[in-house]
Amino acid sequence: MKKALLLACFLIATGAHAAIETHQFDSPEQEAHYEKLIKELRCLVCQNQNLADSNADLAKDLRRQTYDQVKQGKTEDEVVDYMVARYGDFVRYKPPFKPLTWALWIGPFVILLLGLLVLIRFIRSRQTEPGGDIDAEKLKKARQLLDDN
Amino acid sequence: MNRKLVYLLPLILLAVMMWFLVRGLSLNPRDVPSPLVGKPAPEFTLPLLNQPGKMFSTKDKLGQVWLFNVWASWCSGCRTEHENLLYMKRTGRFHIVGMDYKDQDADAQNWLNTLGNPYEMVAVDRQGNVGIDWGVYGVPETFVVDKKGVIRYKYTGPITPEGINQILLPLVEKLEAES
Repeated sequence: MKKALLLACFLIATGAHAAIETHQFDSPEQEAHYEKLIKELRCLVCQNQNLADSNADLAKDLRRQTYDQVKQGKTEDEVVDYMVARYGDFVRYKPPFKPLTWALWIGPFVILLLGLLVLIRFIRSRQTEPGGDIDAEKLKKARQLLDDN
Repeated sequence: MNRKLVYLLPLILLAVMMWFLVRGLSLNPRDVPSPLVGKPAPEFTLPLLNQPGKMFSTKDKLGQVWLFNVWASWCSGCRTEHENLLYMKRTGRFHIVGMDYKDQDADAQNWLNTLGNPYEMVAVDRQGNVGIDWGVYGVPETFVVDKKGVIRYKYTGPITPEGINQILLPLVEKLEAES
């Protein structure tokens, strides 16, 4: 009985999702915009959560703002711009591509390229290593030694 | 290439990475730079705390350097900074406007009665909408607004005596010298 109860508990438990407000949307597209936005926007109080997952007061307020604006027919870009104008780029989980963030976006690829260059150099240098030490005579000698045993 | 240099290179790379890591540890992740610094302060008109019918408007403050302190009676950091705000008022160098953020009027009034009132006036933002316009994400936060109504600085977290002497006072003096 206990086991069954425990199992039931596990089955009932679903993913943590703080946004349990019920919203009415005019269209499924609108709802999709809203869902996408609250996943992409960061809650600034609990910085490692997005608006969808956070239960902080500010997250609730910002979800309400997002909902109101989506409902008014604002595009996703307009809502994001509204948030960025107030909270800065930090509010976005996906940082924009601009001079300040070039290192962030391009850095990994530059390091990958450098790594590849080093690897190619390394392989090339091994290929050109003098293999001349192994001449026919020495090889013969070695074979003889092996055969002797 | 110089062989010694090849062996030194990983060490140098490690040192650079270590520097970034150590630097990262000493940064305050709550110090999110405000995009509003250098921009006109978002305008608003809000009712004053326990003064029925009276309003505060950001336009009233044009021509004066003022501090906009966002606080709430439920905020522990505000309690920490409160005595420093009182000190700032005593110096007579600052014009501090408070905004009671997402709070109950009675609690806020009780707070001012028991701890003292450092504010010229206190606007009430019960819904937190003005807070969102100003990019407030955690009280206490303090903005410095110049004579033209432009936000020149944002102070995040409780104000400390060092913060007053090293940042706020020099800044306010500088801004007051501007025309």
